[in-house]
Formats: sequence, structure tokens, C-alpha cells
Amino acid sequence: MKYDTVIIGAGMSGLSAGVRLAYFEKSVCILERHTTIGGLNSFYRLRDRNYDVGLHAITNYAEPGTKAGPLSKLLRQLRMRWEDFDLRPQLQSKVAFPGCVLNFTNDFNCLLNGIAEAFPKQIDGFCRLLEKINEHDALDLNRKSVSARKVLSEHISDPVLIDMLFCPLMFYGSATPRDMDFSQFVIMFKSIFYEGFGRPFDGIRRILKQLVRHFKSLGGHLKLRAGVQEIVQRNGQANSVILDDGTEIEAKNVLSSAGAAETMRMVDPTQPVSRPSPGNISFVESISVLDCEPSDLGHNETIVFFNDADKFHYERPNAPVDLRSGIICSPNNFDYSRPLEDGRVRITALADPEYWISLSEEDYQLRKMEWNDRIIEVAMNHIPDFRGHVLDTDVFTPRTIRRFTGHDNGCVYGAPRKFVDGQTSVDNLYLCGTDQGFLGIVGAMLSGITIANRYLLK
Amino acid sequence: MTGEEIRQVVLDILERIAPDEDLSGLDDAMAFREQMELDSMDFLDIVMELRKAYRIQIPEDEYEHLTTMATTVAYLEPRLKDVPVAG
Repeated sequence: MKYDTVIIGAGMSGLSAGVRLAYFEKSVCILERHTTIGGLNSFYRLRDRNYDVGLHAITNYAEPGTKAGPLSKLLRQLRMRWEDFDLRPQLQSKVAFPGCVLNFTNDFNCLLNGIAEAFPKQIDGFCRLLEKINEHDALDLNRKSVSARKVLSEHISDPVLIDMLFCPLMFYGSATPRDMDFSQFVIMFKSIFYEGFGRPFDGIRRILKQLVRHFKSLGGHLKLRAGVQEIVQRNGQANSVILDDGTEIEAKNVLSSAGAAETMRMVDPTQPVSRPSPGNISFVESISVLDCEPSDLGHNETIVFFNDADKFHYERPNAPVDLRSGIICSPNNFDYSRPLEDGRVRITALADPEYWISLSEEDYQLRKMEWNDRIIEVAMNHIPDFRGHVLDTDVFTPRTIRRFTGHDNGCVYGAPRKFVDGQTSVDNLYLCGTDQGFLGIVGAMLSGITIANRYLLK
Repeated sequence: MTGEEIRQVVLDILERIAPDEDLSGLDDAMAFREQMELDSMDFLDIVMELRKAYRIQIPEDEYEHLTTMATTVAYLEPRLKDVPVAG
């Protein structure tokens, strides 16, 4: 059969696009190379325990029943209910820099008051920045790129405050080192500071499984272990895809969440020069399973974004892991009605993809454990010592991310250059997901929806 | 379908698109957008839901007829008069 649309990748964006298309009676098939769904934001089982990978939290939190905002828009578009996502709000997070801490919750006033107290001279400028953020239409697909650092420096003169604002936004979504496009900054700012964090009690699997169930109930096809080797085109039109096992699947349109560079390589593997370049921002994450709740040890924050250096450096490090800054997340510290099965601490730091990808398998296992200990050691500045309570440990690196997402360099937020209109040099081949440019979990889902609406529902 | 049946069909569609809205007090003479949080994405979905359920094609330059419940029903009535309510 010839599908209306074939979607490459069963992550958040591909599944959401699939739901839209299937709901409006398009024949659609999602192809996923891996044995499980999710891509960057996924889940697995290891030694009888459930783990999540990907973003620590879902941004753009809204209370159930909220009528406006990205999360509500997303649920409406997917014809899904608030209960399907079962999001619980965060307790409290913070940005911790040397000598200065800014707390924030899903109530923006917490951050606003914190800035007024810690940076009294900057608060007027910060409020002018807020006006600028509020009036900026970040979802305009035809926008021009502007440096966020430049915009911030027009309103705020203290470099520490600028870095403290950038720190969580970059860690949770910047494909570019050191600076962000202002539209990306606005999307991230709203999603984290205005709307805030949430998490389903069961973790990311809850949302992924609901999406798949919904997609299949609408008649959509999902094929796992079905990696796309080639996108076959004739005269600038994609006609079919060829899978790793040689199977050919015909389609009127192809929507790819595999990344811009990775997708164009499927179209033409012989011309690497003209391909867009992949990003190189990636992370190592240390996951500790504890025999108690982190709050039993006195750690009550949901997420801590820390930086122990004079300046915040968001870039590919020269060392295997950048130990100067990081993120500490406890999935236990959300407002659930009952405790999670065990205590968890996830500590994430910037990493050099090349180092991790080029290690030999034996060396890789050793280095993983070595750097796990070092990451935990530096995090001790921001969390009580939990090392006596660790029941199990897992570590993921850029190498893991590359394996599960297929993204070159194991890059997490995709290529520095985004393709916001979703178009490629091939007429009926479109991009969604990280390289299209809406970030975070809600952003990824909206990315799939937006591109599906714009080109594939005609 | 009668005008009253069409009105119910449109209400059902609005309910599906915007389940968090209270539609019980909807004013048929007032624009949907003034009474509900409906953006262009949602608006397009009204058109698409009608197409899905009743195979009715509404050209883009006729979307203006779908501003209020009253204008929507008036626009759809001649087009759906021989069409039964979908089960």
C-alpha cells in the first residue's frame, strides 16, 4: 500500500504528528529503528527497575482545565485529556551560582521576588525584559534570528543575573553554545519560568504509551525495528523509503524527526558537503537509585541548576565532562499523592561527544564509572551526601544518546541551525522534532502537530 | 439535518476541540472567539471535523461564515439539509 505519510521516528514529535494525521483519516505509518518508542525522551527497565531518559521534567506545566497555553493547545490538538498525561507540578527548583541563589516554582512571582531581592538594581530592567518577552511572537515560523544575549544586555547590566537566567534555559534546550536565538530564549523562558515543571507519576512512559495507544486506536501503523536506510526521490519528490532490511514502503509524503543532517543523508549519502551540520551539545547523566527519598536526606528541590565557576560556560567541554556546572533532578520531588517506588537522583553535565563515542568498549565502561563518581562528588556542593544510600547506578553518555536517537554526536538539542518551517530541499519531505526547533517535550509534540497541520492535512 | 441538529453537531465539535470550555451559555449571536479560547489552530479543526464527519468541503474564503453559531448554522443548513446526522 502507499501511505499518505510515512513518519521517521516514534518520538514525541513523530507520534504527535501521527495522531493528528490518523485522527483526520490519513493513512500513516511511523517507522522506528529502535526496539522501543520515545527516542530522546524514553524509558527502559534495568535490573528490575524502571528508568526514564531524556528531559528531567515536562516544561509548560499548566493546571488541569487551563484553557490557554501550549499544554492546553497540545491536548486539544491531540484530542487527549489532562488525565492522559497525569502531570503533577514541581515542588521548588533553584539556580545556584557562587554566592547567589534564585529559587523558582511554577508561580512566577517566586522568581520575580527573588530577583528583586538578590538584584535590586536590575529589577526594573528585568521587568522591561519581561515586556519584551510578552510581546514577542516566538511561534512565527518566518522569524529572523536575533541574539538573546544582545537583547538581555540591553535590559540587564549584571552579567551574573544574565548567566543565571540563561543557565536553566540553555541546559534544557539550547542547541547553540554560549548564546541562543531570542525566539528560542522566549520559548524556553515561558516554558520554564512562566509555566514551569511537571511530571507524570509514572514518568515519561505514561505520555508515550498514551500517545501510542491513541495513535493505534485511530488506525495508525507503528513499526519498531524499522530503521530507514534511504529516502528514495525522483525529480525532487520523495516516493518511498527503504528500510534497513531492504523493505520498500511507498508514501506520498515523508515526515522525518531524525534530524536535518541525518535526514538529508538518507536522501543522498554521497553529498556530505551540502548537508546541514549536526550539533555537538551533549550530556553525561549519572542516575542513582536510593534506599530513601531525597527529602529524607534534606534535599527538597525538584531541580537544581548549578554553576560553580565565575562564569557559566555552555559549550562542548575540552574535558570528557564539564564539572563546573550541571543539573540535579530528583523525580521524587514533585507533588504526588503517594511516594515513588524508590529514591532517585539524576545529575547531568555537559560532555564532549567525541571523547565518549571514540572510546573502546572496555575503556568506555571504566570511564563511565570514573566520571559518575566525579560528577556526584561535585554535586555534593548542592545536595546532601547520598552516597551511602545508593542501591543501583546507571550512567548515560553521548554514546548512549547516539545509539538511541540516531543523532550524530549524540547531540541532544539537534542542529544549531533550525528549520522552523519544516521544509527541506525535497518537495514532500518535511522535518519535525528537535531540528525543526520547538523544544522541550511539549515543544516536540507541538512541532509534530504544527508541521502535520501545515503540510500534511491538506 | 435541521438547523437545530446542525447546531448540536457544531456544539459536539466544539466540545471535542475545547473540552475545558463551558458551552452551556453559548450566545449564538456572538463570535465563538469572543466567548472561548479558540485560536487559528482550533478554528481550522472545526472545518476539518465537519469534513471528517460530513464530507463537506469548506473553501478557505468561506471560513468567515463560521464566525458565530448563528452564521455557521445558516451557512451549513442548505449544504447539509439532505445529510442525516452521523451516528
